[in-house]
Amino acid sequence: MIEQIEHHPLDELLRVDRIPHIWCSTCGLGIVLNSFLTAVRESGISRQDIAVVSGIGCTGRAAGYVNLDSFHTTHGRALPFATGLKLGNPKLKVVVISGDGDLVAIGGNHLIHSARRNMDLTVICVNNFNYAMTGGQFGPTTPPGAKLTTAPFGSYEHPFNLPFLVDSCGATYVARWTVLHVRQMTDAFREALEHPGFSFVEVISPCPTVYGRRNQLGSGLDIVKYYREKSVVRNDIDTRECEIELGGTIVVGRFVRKRKPTYLEKMNEYLRQSVGEAFVPYSGPVDDAGD
Amino acid sequence: MGENRAILTGVHFWDGDYACAEGAIAAGCRFFAGYPITPSTEIAERIAQRFPLVGGTFIQMEDELASMAAVLGAAWAGTKAMTVTSGPGFSLMQENIGLGAMTETPCVVVDVQRGGPSTGLPTLTGQQDMMQARWGSHGDYEIIALSPSSPQECFDLTITCFDLSEKYRVPVLFMMDECVGHMTERVVVPEAERVKPVSRRWYRGPKNAYRPFKPDPDGVPPMVRAGQDYRIHITGLTHDERGYPVINAECQHWCVTRLVNKIRDNAEKIVMLDEYQVEDAEVLVVAYGISARVAFRAIEEARSRGIRAGMLRLITVWPFPERRVRELAAQVKAMVMPEINLGQVYLELERVVAGRCRTRHVPHCGGWVHDPKDIFEAIMECTR
Repeated sequence: MIEQIEHHPLDELLRVDRIPHIWCSTCGLGIVLNSFLTAVRESGISRQDIAVVSGIGCTGRAAGYVNLDSFHTTHGRALPFATGLKLGNPKLKVVVISGDGDLVAIGGNHLIHSARRNMDLTVICVNNFNYAMTGGQFGPTTPPGAKLTTAPFGSYEHPFNLPFLVDSCGATYVARWTVLHVRQMTDAFREALEHPGFSFVEVISPCPTVYGRRNQLGSGLDIVKYYREKSVVRNDIDTRECEIELGGTIVVGRFVRKRKPTYLEKMNEYLRQSVGEAFVPYSGPVDDAGD
Repeated sequence: MGENRAILTGVHFWDGDYACAEGAIAAGCRFFAGYPITPSTEIAERIAQRFPLVGGTFIQMEDELASMAAVLGAAWAGTKAMTVTSGPGFSLMQENIGLGAMTETPCVVVDVQRGGPSTGLPTLTGQQDMMQARWGSHGDYEIIALSPSSPQECFDLTITCFDLSEKYRVPVLFMMDECVGHMTERVVVPEAERVKPVSRRWYRGPKNAYRPFKPDPDGVPPMVRAGQDYRIHITGLTHDERGYPVINAECQHWCVTRLVNKIRDNAEKIVMLDEYQVEDAEVLVVAYGISARVAFRAIEEARSRGIRAGMLRLITVWPFPERRVRELAAQVKAMVMPEINLGQVYLELERVVAGRCRTRHVPHCGGWVHDPKDIFEAIMECTR
């Protein structure tokens, strides 16, 4: 029995008055957004307790489509903005959704320090291996040999291996999936949302319009077929072993999940002990907010 | 220290930096993000020491870009937030000060000025960031900037900065200088019940009618915070009343003129001035910050020689007090402006005076304050 429904089941979590979105046909970002909102719904976290923060770029536009408190900030600064938001209201579950250029290049300093602090944030880093919004320039995740407008003869820089980067800095939940792995990705988002401390999910996502075209990777469908052929699930591996090469194997899985005091837990516990009875913990936003 | 009270009522012997930190606490600031930089660091140190006793959250960020971004995030969480810095850090904060102006985020940024450009004179004074305060971030916007001349004002005016930022929903810049920051004087902190900080302009209407950027009659929109289920969208892109990005000239006009006009149209309410012996003045010294303190000596000297000198002290530097300056320019023979730069706020003075009286700049590159003699001589020259 097939039931016909008038609305998309995730409509209540989408700003339907802002659809259609600006993303290209067969871009992976729609799948990421769908998975994220599914995870939000499954997590049972109350809608008003979640805030989404983005930086700048194609992925940065994600904040504009979620029907949640959402902040589209400056290039690279989603993480420190999110840090202020979280510390300003520790009851909030603050999620950063942004791209590899935003989080790892211009925002790289904030990424390593947020991981080091085990800041109570969930980060979804959509990696399309290039700066797509500006027309396809190479970046810190571009695999050597890939051609882009500012690397017309191919990139010769050594790229970051993101799971290893954040793992080595102190992230306590680290996973990587491709947009082909919709269920695993959705589970990872839910786990990340439920994880106390700094959780990081890298999503490998096709950019057929720019990165794909310049490197003859075919259509969005062809790129996803490549993910199917070349992805290898290896949970709990040493994150040094998941570098990505052009056309090579993509190691996916949940690599790190461990419990360590979060920034807020550590701060409050430490001050309670060292300041003693005089310590007055932060009590949240001012209470004259009319709610 | 160690006192578990937010408002330390009594008479203190504090430097400007400490007084500023206490002013912030008295104003209800409970979030601080910053990065160490001379000569502002003592404010961060004092906050780090005091916040755990008064229920505030202090975080030292990895740089000034992060500090400013965190302050904006905390403001949207619903708390009063501040950062402090000096020239090089102030440069790094500019992009997110622009985001604060665009998203109408109340917060306070303190710049304890030192000599520049670049690393310049880390430990020595300057007033060289005044135009950066006005125009530092890209695009058109109006900002509010205050300048204190004493530790007492560092306390009092920090509270005013928070009040103005809440009232007009704009980052307010507190333009201290190294001398005022490190000058130790008597600071009187009033009784707690006499300190009445302005609360946020919380929205009180029906939930479904809320438009994040729909202004009240004075041009300023009321605010909500994250976590109240208003599901706000806040962006640095040009946006409409709903906060949604609209990339066209019409929306740009609506959005940017309102950001500018909410300050320009309320300038008379924002501007604070201190007038000294202005009534009969023939030569008026126009000054702010430490330069105003130095100028008193020159004014007294001139008066002792029968010259009717007075002072217009700019407590509010931005928006520039155009109306009062224009009025006084019609009354006096000349205006003399000492500032520790080679001509910044003076350019604005010249523009507003527009030939109504003579104007004379007394420049100083920084590293030390003016010799009062130089200001005195400028006054005397203007009487000839």
